[in-house]
Amino acid sequence: MSSKTKSADKLLFTSADWDFETLKATYDAIEDIALNELKLDVYPNQVEVITSEQMLDAYSSIGMPLMYHHWSFGKRFVRDDVMYRKGYQGLAYEIVINSNPCISYVMEENTIVMQALVIAHAAFGHNHFFKNNYLFKQWTDADGILDYLQFAKSYIAKCEDRYGFDAVERILDAAHALMDQGVNRYSRPEKPNLAAELKRERERAKYEDETYNDLWRTLPQPDQGDQDMDELKRKMRVEERRAQFGLPEENLLYFLEKNAPTLQAWEREILRIVRNIGQYFYPQKQTKMMNEGCACYVHYAIMNSLYDKGLISEGAMMEFIDYHSRVVFQAEYDDQRYSGFNPYALGFAMMQDIHRICVDPTEEDHKWFPDIAGNNEPVETLKEAWAHYRDESFILQFLSPKVMRDMRMFMIDDLSSSPHLEVAAIHDDNGYRKVRRSLARMHDISVREPDMQVVDVDIRGNRQLYIQHTEHEGIRLEKSEAEMTLGYIGQLWGYGVTLQAVDYESGEILHEVNYTPDDLVGN
Amino acid sequence: MLYIVDRRKNPTGKSLGNRQRFMRRAKAQIKKAVESTIRSRGITDISSGDQITIPGKTLKEPGFHHMGRGGNRNYVLPGNKKFVPGDRIARPQGGDSGSGGSQASPDGEGEDEFQFTLTRDEFLDIFFEDLELPDLLKKSLKQTTAFRNARAGFSVEGTPSNLSLVRTMRNSLARRIGLRRPKTAEVRELEEKISALQAKAEKRPNGKLTKTDEETLHTLLEDLEEAKRRMKAIPFIDPIDTRFNQFQQIPDPNTQAVMFCLMDVSGSMSEQMKELAKRFFMLLHLFLHRKYEHVEVVFIRHTSRAAEVDEETFFYSRETGGTIVSTALEEMKKVLVDRYPTDQWNIYAAQASDGDNYSNDGAKCTALLAQDLLPKCQYYAYIEITDEREAEIFAAAEGETALWKSYAPLARDNPRFALKRVTKAADIFPVFRELFAKNRAEAGR
Repeated sequence: MSSKTKSADKLLFTSADWDFETLKATYDAIEDIALNELKLDVYPNQVEVITSEQMLDAYSSIGMPLMYHHWSFGKRFVRDDVMYRKGYQGLAYEIVINSNPCISYVMEENTIVMQALVIAHAAFGHNHFFKNNYLFKQWTDADGILDYLQFAKSYIAKCEDRYGFDAVERILDAAHALMDQGVNRYSRPEKPNLAAELKRERERAKYEDETYNDLWRTLPQPDQGDQDMDELKRKMRVEERRAQFGLPEENLLYFLEKNAPTLQAWEREILRIVRNIGQYFYPQKQTKMMNEGCACYVHYAIMNSLYDKGLISEGAMMEFIDYHSRVVFQAEYDDQRYSGFNPYALGFAMMQDIHRICVDPTEEDHKWFPDIAGNNEPVETLKEAWAHYRDESFILQFLSPKVMRDMRMFMIDDLSSSPHLEVAAIHDDNGYRKVRRSLARMHDISVREPDMQVVDVDIRGNRQLYIQHTEHEGIRLEKSEAEMTLGYIGQLWGYGVTLQAVDYESGEILHEVNYTPDDLVGN
Repeated sequence: MLYIVDRRKNPTGKSLGNRQRFMRRAKAQIKKAVESTIRSRGITDISSGDQITIPGKTLKEPGFHHMGRGGNRNYVLPGNKKFVPGDRIARPQGGDSGSGGSQASPDGEGEDEFQFTLTRDEFLDIFFEDLELPDLLKKSLKQTTAFRNARAGFSVEGTPSNLSLVRTMRNSLARRIGLRRPKTAEVRELEEKISALQAKAEKRPNGKLTKTDEETLHTLLEDLEEAKRRMKAIPFIDPIDTRFNQFQQIPDPNTQAVMFCLMDVSGSMSEQMKELAKRFFMLLHLFLHRKYEHVEVVFIRHTSRAAEVDEETFFYSRETGGTIVSTALEEMKKVLVDRYPTDQWNIYAAQASDGDNYSNDGAKCTALLAQDLLPKCQYYAYIEITDEREAEIFAAAEGETALWKSYAPLARDNPRFALKRVTKAADIFPVFRELFAKNRAEAGR
């Protein structure tokens, strides 16, 4: 009897409701485990309690607490609102921002168990990942993002006042269409710094117009002598011209921001804002599965530890397991609910599996993962992986045969020449490596997103802009969308644009679409 | 280190600006949706917001994406049950569920259709915008007209004129009983007893009472003193007893109204003309609804015979045959007499017609209106709906339809009767305004 009351005293909470005191006590207990047992390295945490309505707001502006206004966020809001009210879809339990301090939102409607789960998941799992993964370290500036968004929001509002909703909307629509092509994939960008941004923006407003005018004015005029120019000389000029514009350029938004002849200074600034935000989210896109896997692993470890220490009751644990298993549920391919791999499920399965390999390896694991099998340092091993990989390389390195078997993975070859799909590999000795490679490619952004580049500008003639899509394995662009997007590029560029599809193997031009400024009239 | 911040008090509706931008963007589609809602909707339920559906295609946010199929690709799926390498699977037709893994749309959003709910104001804005409602009137239409005070319990504060005597006295009594304040009758009784004893003493030779009487007198005097003290300390009415009647302002659409919709449905009224008529009736209904708690609608259609029908039949069926307008007026008269006594109902009527009438019927109409209907009606509006092209052709020959001819003299000396012409949707509101704006004061009360 006495032991029972003793253990009840230790419980962090006994009912489903929460108040700030229990929230704080729960946080402290979680923090203790995260920092002292798992030895996570995190930004300071800021937990914000919001209502479901506010969650809906935050959710529809791509999860950011501050965002400029645009109709597409309103569209998302309207849809989420309907879905939520009709009960088709629950709200995200949490939103977490890659910033310093790391901000996590929790909803007031959540039970205390859910709050604990969210804190463990977001405030420690995601937070650790943001702070330590090389992509985030290299590409995002957690200290500056909120200031930058504040700048972006007020800048765009100012433009709306000055130039009208329609003008701003036109630029934003075009910029959003190119957001995925607005990132630097290989070179490291400068970190946005608010003071520098403001200064640069002012300076640009002052003299950039003139600079580009000069650029265009000093271009050589077309002359008849060109006709006789021999091939070599012509090619040299092409190269010169490309060098002048820094071509080829994969960052379409960057190219347009810098070189589009007719854009106003403020329009360039808006392109830059969208580009910077796209760049900020680029690491998240590349590490979705790992990031969620990391957070799930962390919350699972923490909740279990809380239970083992007698800090939460059996009932609370049951409630947690219910939420948890819904989050990491993976529908099978022939299930109505299937819509691709669930990043939470795959991520969690892989993290748990690495943990297992470290502490309880089998023969197979020793063969496949000689470096880590049985090293008895599961958390250290995972932290290494979280720091140095992205989804694609992580799968290539760590997806084990056991996970492939457990999830019963199989690989399909889908060749346009064949009337059938063919099962190319399954979860067996012959198939593991093939399946793993294929799954890794599916998680590779550079494979999933089309390979687009600005390749040339006809500065001698009609200023036609040439954009190339390099087609790998005959996978084409979605046609109607591509044409609409081409129209947007044309709007920004102000002159004709040609979109060419080029075969990756042979380099030959497969097809071509032209946009002429006259199309605008019909638009 | 932890900061917990309570943001629940922060303003919500951060997405309102985005929602407004979305509405602006989708304006054409929303307007279309609202129009079709109006078409399919009854006259009486115009005044609530509504769920509308607009095609998602028009709100597409394009980008460069790979096609869902085609080319050479491979992908991994979970949940193998029976496949071995080399198995062939028929290519799934339509949808790309089979290749979902490699080509899930980037944010998992479908683009099919958009369903959402317009608030009542948004809905009315769009409805009125289509009718080209001037700002001035939109405001007064949206405003609830009169307020009436209704009892809403009691409050501890208020003006003296609202003091509730009964409540106050009840509280006072309860308090007095609770605090055992002596009644005046009790005090008087004590005083009487005392003076009786004192009188008794005066009658005695030595002017003194017996010992027992002396003691009684003493107690009585003490009791009296105590009673007087209590009466002083415990007031008859204390500020805490006071209760004031509280009133709430509630909109006062004073009584009830009935609206007669009369329409010629013979072959000459085209669908488009009926549509215009419907818009007009809707507006009228909205207008009346703001003034009266209860508005009923009576639909009367006529060819050469008239009948009361339901809304569906009124707008969507077509009859052929001659046109005798007086039959509709007769029918209205009958319904009025049967069901809507003038002392209980405010009566409005709107008649929509293309103006054709049987040649000998005009005089009869005028007589019916002048003698039977107009005296009973708050307002009677005649809307002549003409084809746009016809209107141009006959622009010069104004007022030449048979019905107009017979009505025009009547309208000249009767302020409760008005005639207007409508040719297109945009005309409806201005016409409506002319018909009702100047008569608002009279028509309303």
